[in-house]
Amino acid sequence: MQEKYDYIIIGGGVVGCMIARWLSRYEGKVLLIEKEADVGMGCSSANTAIVHAGYDPLPGSLKARMNVKGNAMWDTLAGELNFAFERRGDYVVAIGDDELPLVHKLMDQGKKNGVPGMMMIDGAEMRAREKNINPETSGALWASTGGICDPFQVTVAAGENAVMNGAKVLLNTAFQDFIMEGKRIIGVRTNRGDFLCRWVINSAGIYSDDVMHKAGVRPEFIIKPRKGEYYIFDRADVSIDNVLFPVPSAKGKGILVTTTLHENTIAGPNGTIIEDKEDTSSTKEGLEEVAAGALKLVPSLNLRHSIANFAGLRPMGNGPCKTPGVVYNNDYIIEIPEEVQGLVNLGGIESPGLTSAPAIAEEVVDMLRDAGEKFVEKKDWDPIRPGRPRFRNMSHKDRQLLVEMDPRFGQVICRCENITEGEIIAEIRAPIPARTYDAIKRRTWLGTGRCQGGFDMTRVVTILSRELGISPLEVTKRGTGSEYLFRQTKQVEG
Amino acid sequence: MAEEVNFICTACPQGCALTVLMENGEVLGVTGNSCKKGLDYANAETSDPRRMVATTVKIRNGFHPLLPVYTERPVPKPMIPQVLAEIRKVELEAPVVMKTVVLENVLGTGINVLASRSMPAKK
Amino acid sequence: MLAKQIYDVVIVGSGPGGVAAAIEAKKAGADDVLIIERDTELGGILLQCIHNGFGLELLKEDLPGPGYAQHFIEEMLSLHVEVLLNTMVMDITPQRHLFLSSKEHGYVEIEARSIVLAMGCRERTRAQIRIPGYRPNGIYTAGTAQRWVNVEGYMPGKEVVILGSGDIGMIMARRLTFEGAHVERVLEIQSYLSGLSRNLVQCLQDYDIPLQLNHTIKRILGKNRVEAIEAVQVDEKWNFVPGTEEIIPCDTLLLSVGLIPENELSRKAGVKLDPITSGPYVDETFQTNVPGIFAAGNVVHVYDLVDWVSEAGFSAGKSAAKYAIALRNAEARYTPLVAGKNVRYVVPHKLDKSTLEAEDVRLQMRVTRPIEQPVWVEVHDGENLITRKAERYVRPGEMVTVVLKTKNYADVAKASKLTIDINPR
Repeated sequence: MQEKYDYIIIGGGVVGCMIARWLSRYEGKVLLIEKEADVGMGCSSANTAIVHAGYDPLPGSLKARMNVKGNAMWDTLAGELNFAFERRGDYVVAIGDDELPLVHKLMDQGKKNGVPGMMMIDGAEMRAREKNINPETSGALWASTGGICDPFQVTVAAGENAVMNGAKVLLNTAFQDFIMEGKRIIGVRTNRGDFLCRWVINSAGIYSDDVMHKAGVRPEFIIKPRKGEYYIFDRADVSIDNVLFPVPSAKGKGILVTTTLHENTIAGPNGTIIEDKEDTSSTKEGLEEVAAGALKLVPSLNLRHSIANFAGLRPMGNGPCKTPGVVYNNDYIIEIPEEVQGLVNLGGIESPGLTSAPAIAEEVVDMLRDAGEKFVEKKDWDPIRPGRPRFRNMSHKDRQLLVEMDPRFGQVICRCENITEGEIIAEIRAPIPARTYDAIKRRTWLGTGRCQGGFDMTRVVTILSRELGISPLEVTKRGTGSEYLFRQTKQVEG
Repeated sequence: MAEEVNFICTACPQGCALTVLMENGEVLGVTGNSCKKGLDYANAETSDPRRMVATTVKIRNGFHPLLPVYTERPVPKPMIPQVLAEIRKVELEAPVVMKTVVLENVLGTGINVLASRSMPAKK
Repeated sequence: MLAKQIYDVVIVGSGPGGVAAAIEAKKAGADDVLIIERDTELGGILLQCIHNGFGLELLKEDLPGPGYAQHFIEEMLSLHVEVLLNTMVMDITPQRHLFLSSKEHGYVEIEARSIVLAMGCRERTRAQIRIPGYRPNGIYTAGTAQRWVNVEGYMPGKEVVILGSGDIGMIMARRLTFEGAHVERVLEIQSYLSGLSRNLVQCLQDYDIPLQLNHTIKRILGKNRVEAIEAVQVDEKWNFVPGTEEIIPCDTLLLSVGLIPENELSRKAGVKLDPITSGPYVDETFQTNVPGIFAAGNVVHVYDLVDWVSEAGFSAGKSAAKYAIALRNAEARYTPLVAGKNVRYVVPHKLDKSTLEAEDVRLQMRVTRPIEQPVWVEVHDGENLITRKAERYVRPGEMVTVVLKTKNYADVAKASKLTIDINPR
């Protein structure tokens, strides 16, 4: 018998998980399907981790509205879902006098978008606030509502809260096609069977164009992956405490230098338009571009202190802005299209998609309500997703108490980031269980330090094998095909 | 006619570059060595090259699943693959004490294979 | 539970440097010596270095790594060094307090009169040499692969390319060949070998594994698991030479691109590091800039031979013991003065006994409450009364004085502490 749902969400990125969390508040069965072995495997985890203030998007665009509305929702969200979020504010820094007018223009744009808490500061003030800044700075826009977060944690927390409230998450489940009844969508076909439903929400990120085309919607809409490459630096050697943007260019917000909540400085992204939606490889040329951009803001940055580089893809779409008089062709699509029934269609949710995610989720619920859905809040709906202990961030006293309660928190597995066995096991047993090395890495930040897993890797493989009841040969980095080990040393044919 | 052969001496970590003058398989002279070990090495390497072999064997009920082992003296270089194959057949039961002979007189070489460490039984 | 709260010498790490330091600290007269190891057994990385070549200098014997380690561990254990396994040192303060974390002992704080840092080194990773491309599985440091193959008993690859001609890389090339994997080649970006030349002979040439100098990796192919690497020749400035690219199919890339002293803990303790070695600045006793904190072995700079690491450990252990003993003697010179019954405080707080040998010492105190009757102000060592003085009354507003005389020296010298009580007569 086929399972029947009220809502099926395609794609477990930050937007999909946030929608699942919003829908799980109400009566009705929610299913989220994700093709990868974990949620947040695409753009949601490989980005700059910034909650944007909202001065960047063009006034009048849907992007601008979602950004500013979304930004204001983050404090409550962080409190309810217990993820780390800090409103540190951000700077758009002009280097040399020529760039200063552009910063003023950005300030005006921000005011039009309704961004609160912005001010201009002069070069001397900027140098005082960030000692590592290029001394040739002529001034900066200071946006106090800018924030930083751990985007992967946000995605998992939203997904977990949805699961706690009755939503179902199926990993390794790839959308193949819609099941139609005339013009009405009645389900989805996947590699793991068919699932029936009343509504499908397309939040397939970089593949959202392919998904909507299957429903016969917007054949002209295409997503161009825009590759952003990054350097991460050792926190022991480099400490930039501020979020520093350059002045934006036609290519986007530019290569910034910022700090993460894990205290590592990161630099990036560039923005190369590519064809292959799976090409998350970093390139020599791209990394050189990132280095050049970063050095313009912070000339003292030394690449020798870089501990990792990575690349992420942004789903840049060609969606036209619907506001009369605003000419803009890279806007978000958030709609219930008329061509078919039963589809909420999202597309082109690139940056500031992370910031906008809660606003988009609310928008989707509002649209569904307008379309006649009667949302009745569950009696036992719980908006709180409890946090889990993070040994690294605790005081000596708290660590002592935690280890007394559960000695497994005393066993340190990742020496650089101080991640303990207790934390790893908690993630393996979480509402959305971590079943791969990368799933644990993204949830705990294990293996991201100076030794890049050199110490913990063999130990985590052992723990995963033990906790999941599988052979070490079956443990993977990020799903089937990424196994660590081939055979036992002494098992040789012949 | 005499010919020159170049070696790196592996008798110790210093790794001297030896030049050996040879005629009809006989060593006529050695240069580049820093000690007498170099002469011995040159003679051995041209007539009967030998190497220490270190590997592991399976051990049941051990603290670890493998026990490291080594040949107490260098074995003839051409025999290394067979020596490894012989050692591979060994399977022990923990506990084992360091330098225990785990394989006696491997392939008639007169050389024993020893445990590189003690291996306690699994707790 | 730990035997002590305060140790003479605490050693962080039980590799060859740490074990040697423990041995020599004990031999030099330190009483309580504690060695802390994060792994399940003593020995450090030597336990996975199963090849020969250890001990030729120091023991005049050609031993495999585990044997070399065991030789010194047995000596250390015979000297009654206290051992903590499965324990990570989380923090060290410049005042030599250590915070330890383990399943068995919990999260505890201990104190050391001196510390020997012997954390060894870590391997340089892919990111530090900045190879672009995908991030598939199958890229391991040579040491990680070594642990899997030699200790845990699993093979991490079938078709292997090794980047870097460091010793561990070459040794792993032979090791993987012994266990049935195929090592395609070793690439080295420099124009010369980075490890020992004996390993070129014994590990690569003996098994026909090609070494390509002036070569590096341009990119890594394969999304989930390594499928190939693109090798390229470089010029003397390490620029790629166009047209020399070659795709080499493989499932595994091992990195042997250098070792870096592991000094995160040292930094926390305020130890200054040399940017060239990445290890602490040390004097000839291996003392760092922080008094009482010593460092030995690969944590200071990366050695080529383990024998020298042991030697460095011996020196550091001896120096650490000397420092701890001097500190203990200084502590022993003093006797604490304790406010006892009805006494709020006493000044001075402690007494250097040698002072009393030469001159009288005045003790002054205030009482906790008025006692409106004759009292004794008594100085005792817990059992025996040493001296006492009569007062008609005591009141908090009026300071009370009692004098220790030189004739009391013999009694005071024996006391571990002096307590002052005020009792009604």
